[in-house]
Amino acid sequence: MIAKTTTPVIELVDVTRQFQIGTHVVRALDGINLKIESGEMVAIIGPSGSGKSTLMNTLGCLDQPSSGSFVLNGQYVSELSDNQLAETRSRQLGFVFQSYNLLPRETAISNVELPLKYSGGYSGKERRVAARIALDRVGLSERYDHRPMQMSGGEQQRVGIARALVKNPDLILADEPTGNLDTKSSAEVIEMLHSLNENDGKTIVVVTHDIEVAEAMKRIIAFRDGRIVEDRAVVPKRINAQSPDRDNQ
Amino acid sequence: MNARLLLATALTSVGANKLRASLTLLGIVIGVSSVIAMMAVGRGAQVSVTARISDLGTELITVRPGADALRFAFFGGGGNSDVLSLEDAFALRDDVFTPDVKLVAPENSFSGSASVGSENTFVNGLGVTAEYLESRNLTIVWGRNISNVDVENISLVAVLGSETSETLYGQRNPVGSKIKISGREFTVIGVIESQQGTISNPDSSIFVPITTAHYRMNNGKGRVASISVSSISVLASSEATVDDARLDISTVLRLRHELGEDDDDDFQIITQQDTIETLEGTEGTFVILLGAIAGISLLVGGIGVMNIMLVSVTERTREIGIRRAVGAKRRDILLQFVTEAVLMTFAGGILGVMLGWAIAYFGNGATVDGDIIETVIETHIAVIALCVSVAVGLFFGIYPAVRAASLNPIEALRHE
Ligand SMILES: Nc1ncnc2c1ncn2[C@@H]1O[C@H](COP(=O)(O)OP(=O)(O)O)[C@@H](O)[C@H]1O
Ligand SMILES: [Mg+2]
Repeated sequence: MIAKTTTPVIELVDVTRQFQIGTHVVRALDGINLKIESGEMVAIIGPSGSGKSTLMNTLGCLDQPSSGSFVLNGQYVSELSDNQLAETRSRQLGFVFQSYNLLPRETAISNVELPLKYSGGYSGKERRVAARIALDRVGLSERYDHRPMQMSGGEQQRVGIARALVKNPDLILADEPTGNLDTKSSAEVIEMLHSLNENDGKTIVVVTHDIEVAEAMKRIIAFRDGRIVEDRAVVPKRINAQSPDRDNQ
Repeated sequence: MNARLLLATALTSVGANKLRASLTLLGIVIGVSSVIAMMAVGRGAQVSVTARISDLGTELITVRPGADALRFAFFGGGGNSDVLSLEDAFALRDDVFTPDVKLVAPENSFSGSASVGSENTFVNGLGVTAEYLESRNLTIVWGRNISNVDVENISLVAVLGSETSETLYGQRNPVGSKIKISGREFTVIGVIESQQGTISNPDSSIFVPITTAHYRMNNGKGRVASISVSSISVLASSEATVDDARLDISTVLRLRHELGEDDDDDFQIITQQDTIETLEGTEGTFVILLGAIAGISLLVGGIGVMNIMLVSVTERTREIGIRRAVGAKRRDILLQFVTEAVLMTFAGGILGVMLGWAIAYFGNGATVDGDIIETVIETHIAVIALCVSVAVGLFFGIYPAVRAASLNPIEALRHE
């Protein structure tokens, strides 16, 4: 990795996040120190309950650490007001969920438009154009007016990616984006993230259970019990979507 | 989110569950339409009563014996009923002391039965002078009015109200025929035109000279001047001089009754304006009562809106989480839900105004139990009703919206 002097996209210093369940305290994040530079493509792996989602929610400005500091693009997130957090979510990052989280009654295009509706300054036409471009980017030119129920899981997840892309943020966070997908759709989604990283220079953080998905990234961070137990750079292995034995899984 | 987007989003959400929205709306529609219809009926009654009183002529002043009604109510007793005499009435005809008085018509009353052959009816008898008809805007249809000669002669003559005439004689002209009133034989000299609708209805009355009523019907004694009267109708020369006339009447009567400076009046002077104000006051209370009852149904409608909004917030928790995750601020969520609530109550308000208006419009002139219902539609009531329905939406929508806006995004996203 080339050393950079610019500010990292993400910097976590001694971050903890605790949940109180009755008298019992769960340390979902237990002293995390982590730096992610612009243009990186990171996989976060670890067993269930190890704190991956909690980390992603923190990075996505949906949750705040119990202690420690999180700096996003040079900004201390703990200092942001609720409104500024909402603005940061809409402007600086795109979030992709395992369960897609699309509005079920809205069409693909209208789902992708949603972040634009909350940031003002876009006319209806501009919103639709931007949404079409994003949908074209994920290969859904034929699905503008489909509702989530009328699409396959892979297509729905691509709508989710288009929604994360529509405001052209530099950072894409994906929490188990392939968790509900078959192998072929998974491969397509990962390919798409690759392309976003390599062709558009976006910083990508992906949580996954799937070691093959992880090995497709350039850096793998392993979690256990709210701590980082491993952090290594790898040479990305492209997944072959056509591989027959994977299809049968 | 700007206002247009907000409205479009709210419309989509409300439209997504049409049956539910319609039922919720219905509560508001019923509330608003009943407010509009009730107020129209109430105002209609008020206006028609006022119109009837005005029919009698705004120059009319009524003088009655006894202290005012309030004292009557508190201290009991009806005051001294002998306190107004025929002489008091004649004193009001003075050009110097009461220049603004045009006409003075004293009256007293008796009750009894009137019979012609086998036809018999209970009548409301009034002893009057020649001036009575003019004071009440009445006209003779058959025969003639009671004259002052009849009054002087204590004649046994009678003028019939139209209903009395019809009861006893049917459609026949009774002028010249004999009638027995409480055992005495009278000659019918005239019939008064029907006045259906006025406040003190003369149709069922029978009129005789005031002297006859005193000496013959009430077995009174004494000089003519001392005849007691139950009421004096006074006409002022014009509407503008009513207040002056009232003052003059008061001065003359206080002098005649030798009342000291500290003594209260032993008579009441009531102008038509007083009557209108009293009645409008009473009816105003009635209108407010009607409005309040209708308002309660609007309130119930509002509670329905709140109920549905709370259900909606719970059902759409995940949607709220999604919106928050892609950049919606708390304020955006708050406004979205408030807009949905207001949209429903506003639409309900508009439909309610239209329905209420239609009820008032088609109900105008309808008869219920023989009473003609008159309705008066007032634009400002419709505007107020609309504003209130929006306020109901705001009031009942705000709490569910605050709940929606305060949801934690992560927990909302986890919600199934
Ligand atoms: N909102 C919460 N309330 C209580 N405990 C939580 C909450 N979110 C996460 N946890 C706990 O924190 C730990 C880490 O959870 P999570 O980050 O979802 O793990 P992962 O995504 O790696 O499976 C788990 O033990 C989980 O039960
Ligand atoms: Mg998880």
